[in-house]
Amino acid sequence: MKIIKVLGSGCKNCETTAELIARKAADAGTDVTVEKVTDMGTIMAYGVMSTPGVVIDEKLVHMGGVPKPEQVDAWVKA
Amino acid sequence: MSIHTQDPAGHAARPAWAWHAGVVAFVILWFAIYKQLPALSEWLTALLPVDRFSPTGEALAFFLYDAPKVIMLLALIVFAMGVVRSFFSPEKTRALLSGKREGVGNVMAASLGIVTPFCSCSAVPLFIGFVSAGVPLGVTFSFLIAAPMVNEVAVILLWGLVGWKVAVVYLIFGLGIAIVAGWVIGRFHLEGWLQDWVKEIHLGSAASALPEEDLTMIDRYRQGIASVRDIVGKIWIWILAGISLGAIIHGYVPQEAMVSIMGSGAWWSVPAAVVVGIPMYTNAAGIIPIVEALLDKGAALGTVLAFMMSVIALSLPEMLILRKVLTTRLIAVFVGVVGSGILMVGFLFNAIF
Repeated sequence: MKIIKVLGSGCKNCETTAELIARKAADAGTDVTVEKVTDMGTIMAYGVMSTPGVVIDEKLVHMGGVPKPEQVDAWVKA
Repeated sequence: MSIHTQDPAGHAARPAWAWHAGVVAFVILWFAIYKQLPALSEWLTALLPVDRFSPTGEALAFFLYDAPKVIMLLALIVFAMGVVRSFFSPEKTRALLSGKREGVGNVMAASLGIVTPFCSCSAVPLFIGFVSAGVPLGVTFSFLIAAPMVNEVAVILLWGLVGWKVAVVYLIFGLGIAIVAGWVIGRFHLEGWLQDWVKEIHLGSAASALPEEDLTMIDRYRQGIASVRDIVGKIWIWILAGISLGAIIHGYVPQEAMVSIMGSGAWWSVPAAVVVGIPMYTNAAGIIPIVEALLDKGAALGTVLAFMMSVIALSLPEMLILRKVLTTRLIAVFVGVVGSGILMVGFLFNAIF
């Protein structure tokens, strides 16, 4: 099971990103947990300056905006 | 890392030449329509059952001319800046600024503030990211002041609606305030006035883990289109509100009243404009149609510039966001320094013009 964290202060783009990932994962039938991380100290610890950022199994894969659908497809592939 | 926004649905492989040709054709078409706008708005106003020279007629003509003009200007500029911004990122800007001396650093930070993609929802992580990577506090402030104040939307709308001279003045003095205010804040050495948890933050090693992507010119066009959809989609309502208010001022507020309140004779109008501007939260797109109408009715240039700068640079919501990282004392210094700069610009211009 993949643990996907969406880093962001709770702005609209962060919500959109989390929903997009959850939906794509459901479509792909992959078992994922989507967590929203809003604590600024934790976000900074991943080195993210422009939110939303995406972390998969503790590895930063994206930051600076809502990811493209194709990117998300690649992340949630089983 | 650049801003990624969702792609348009049909983005199947279109050849590069088609994209370039499409962009050129779009720009030509844009200019052709733009040239016809005055005639178009007069024609539309004439269709309405009002006297063209009555206050209502004036207000309607103002609205019907300004609304399409502002939206068109905005679409073109936001697209162009979306393409330009794809060459910059907060990470690159930080790398350029870290360890820079104050002075040179302030100038660079204010200039980079214009072109670096920045959203006020990222202000906090960006602030911490800069400061913890060794960008001096004052230099960080120069960036944070310039980024919202001297943006392409403000400058181009001023150019289109009020005239190029005012736009250039705004650009130069907006940059000037960002540079000087940042430098002054730096001289105070207020690093101790950050919130405690900020001082303890250490950037994770993941900071450099993401490689820069290679973007093609087509990717950059796509980012331009995405930012048009994003920004124009978000602010059109503000623009229409601003233009409506501008139209009302244009049609109904008597010139003498405006001159007595906001004319250069009233010295207190500059500080009043700054104070009134702080709790107002709109963006450049909403405020400039109002600026145009105020100037048109005889308000003094310095007073209007001070009002506009105060609305954009000193916004209460942004201060509340920054409260997470700055102590109240530091925010007070920030407001004091930037406010004084705006006051000086206001008085200076009222004295000159």
